[in-house]
Amino acid sequence: MPANSFNGQTDYGIGIGLRVPHYAHILEKKPVVDWFEIISENFMVDGGRPLQVLDQIMEQYRVVQHGVSMYFGSADKPDRAHLKKLKALVKRTKTPWLSDHLCWGSVDGTYTHDLLPMPYTFASARRTAEKIRQIRDYLEVPICVENVSSYAEYHVSEMTEWEFLTEVVERADCGILLDVNNIYVSAKNHDFNPYDYLNGVPHHRVGQMHVAGHTKFEKYILDTHDHPVLDPVWQLYAHATKLCGVTATLLEWDDKIPSFQEVHDEALKANEYIDGAKAAKAPPKK
Amino acid sequence: MKSALRATGLKPPPKHAPKRLATTGDVVKLQRLMTHILVRPLTKDDGLQPTWIDGRPMTEVADEFIKPNDRLTAFDRLQLYNRMYWFRLIDIMHDDNPGLRAVLGDRKFTRLVEAYIAKYPSRSFTLRNLCERLPQFIREEPEWTAPHTALALAVTRFEWAQTVAFDGEQRPVLSPAAIARTPPGRLRLSLQPYVSLLALDFPVDDYVTAVKQRDALRTAASNTVDRARKLTRIKRVTKPRRRRIYVAVHRLENRLYYKRLERPAFLMLQAIAAGQALGAAVTAGGRRVKPEQVSGWFTSWMGLGWLCPRK
Repeated sequence: MPANSFNGQTDYGIGIGLRVPHYAHILEKKPVVDWFEIISENFMVDGGRPLQVLDQIMEQYRVVQHGVSMYFGSADKPDRAHLKKLKALVKRTKTPWLSDHLCWGSVDGTYTHDLLPMPYTFASARRTAEKIRQIRDYLEVPICVENVSSYAEYHVSEMTEWEFLTEVVERADCGILLDVNNIYVSAKNHDFNPYDYLNGVPHHRVGQMHVAGHTKFEKYILDTHDHPVLDPVWQLYAHATKLCGVTATLLEWDDKIPSFQEVHDEALKANEYIDGAKAAKAPPKK
Repeated sequence: MKSALRATGLKPPPKHAPKRLATTGDVVKLQRLMTHILVRPLTKDDGLQPTWIDGRPMTEVADEFIKPNDRLTAFDRLQLYNRMYWFRLIDIMHDDNPGLRAVLGDRKFTRLVEAYIAKYPSRSFTLRNLCERLPQFIREEPEWTAPHTALALAVTRFEWAQTVAFDGEQRPVLSPAAIARTPPGRLRLSLQPYVSLLALDFPVDDYVTAVKQRDALRTAASNTVDRARKLTRIKRVTKPRRRRIYVAVHRLENRLYYKRLERPAFLMLQAIAAGQALGAAVTAGGRRVKPEQVSGWFTSWMGLGWLCPRK
């Protein structure tokens, strides 16, 4: 949705991830960019260059925080020290919304630093939704949860991934960061139709979208974020835009990072699909 | 087994994966089992270990809770996550420890890292802290770094200090006026949290700098056409000989610096960091220190912004 309560009633356009190799270019050339997504953990530090750069960026640009370690799905209780640091950063950036992943990644205080797939059960949906509510209440900022790409599924699962996502966000009354590349990757790895996924989620809760590149192997696809976006993912993006409306969109490029201009140009390709989605109401793909 | 588990922080895995997830306890069991599997060291061929800790085939354990598809078995799917876990953490430690890598060589460094992460997996939400317990591990298990354990320890302490200097807390700097207002006997200062004071048995500051310069040259040369000729021109960095040094690892205007210290200056700063009153801290430097030396050192430390009020 263009502006909704899940993205702080903002209408951001097309952004890219703020990455170290681009710092000098951005600070010197001050290119026009709608917004930057920052990885929260990279700036949850006590001082030094990361915060100096962030402050300089914020003088010129809008930033939105994206986390990788909140682990809404971990059975562990939220870590107080972590939350305190995150809240300090939220106050500093004034991020209109904050996103993290619908996954788990830690147990007993030990961290895998991976985005591990959830078991799609009603019990874990209830737990996860409650944790999201607690964290949102503490941070006092809207939260969007992102669907992850996955390479494994559990026997105990009781529903599809999109049904689980819906169950969690409805119970938590939070937003969705819809990663269409992750939907594509998981669809290939788990043999489902990605358009069923897109059609099945509550579109009014989508506060942001992600696009990215991936890598195909013989038996599976990996979400590598080291390529331009592939055409099937753009097609999914166009369909998602048709369903959800024009939504704040971000290109993720995290490995083998090319020049700033190349990354930004790739992100701006989203405009073609936005225009296309606006112009034509194509029949839903099956 | 129990002491190894205590170090990792993980509680023992369940004997079997839960058949359904009705309670939070069931979710914990599933997550604990999967985490134990993912953090198990890889085989020599970078694969998931074929046998579980209770002697059962890993295929049987995987089949209990992971679905296969027509291309990947449950074992294959867990192996993907097992590999990603190890490759990710080894990559991070590789990047954060160029000096230690140079001391040990890549193969030995990787074996050390595998042993370290197996004993001390990450206990922090941020990968920034991954190497925090590496000096402790090298002291506890010197066989991974022998016969260069002393040098490896010095380099590791130095490289961790750089992480602290990069993004450690900076408190408001103490002003000369504030110092002048308080009698020395009552004045308690503190050292900025981002400053690390190190007494090292090797001149590793020069060594790590040389290693980084060599690595930068290699990167530059590998991007040129006459790569082979340029690479042969890059000198090897020889391991330093044992020599005691005192060094402060710090930052100035958000850039990393190393500053060699004379021993009395180091002792004074150590006393300040330990919370001793200024008068006692100056005494810690020893009787041979002249007042003008002390004055010069304090002027320098104040200029660098190292001193701050004690909390």
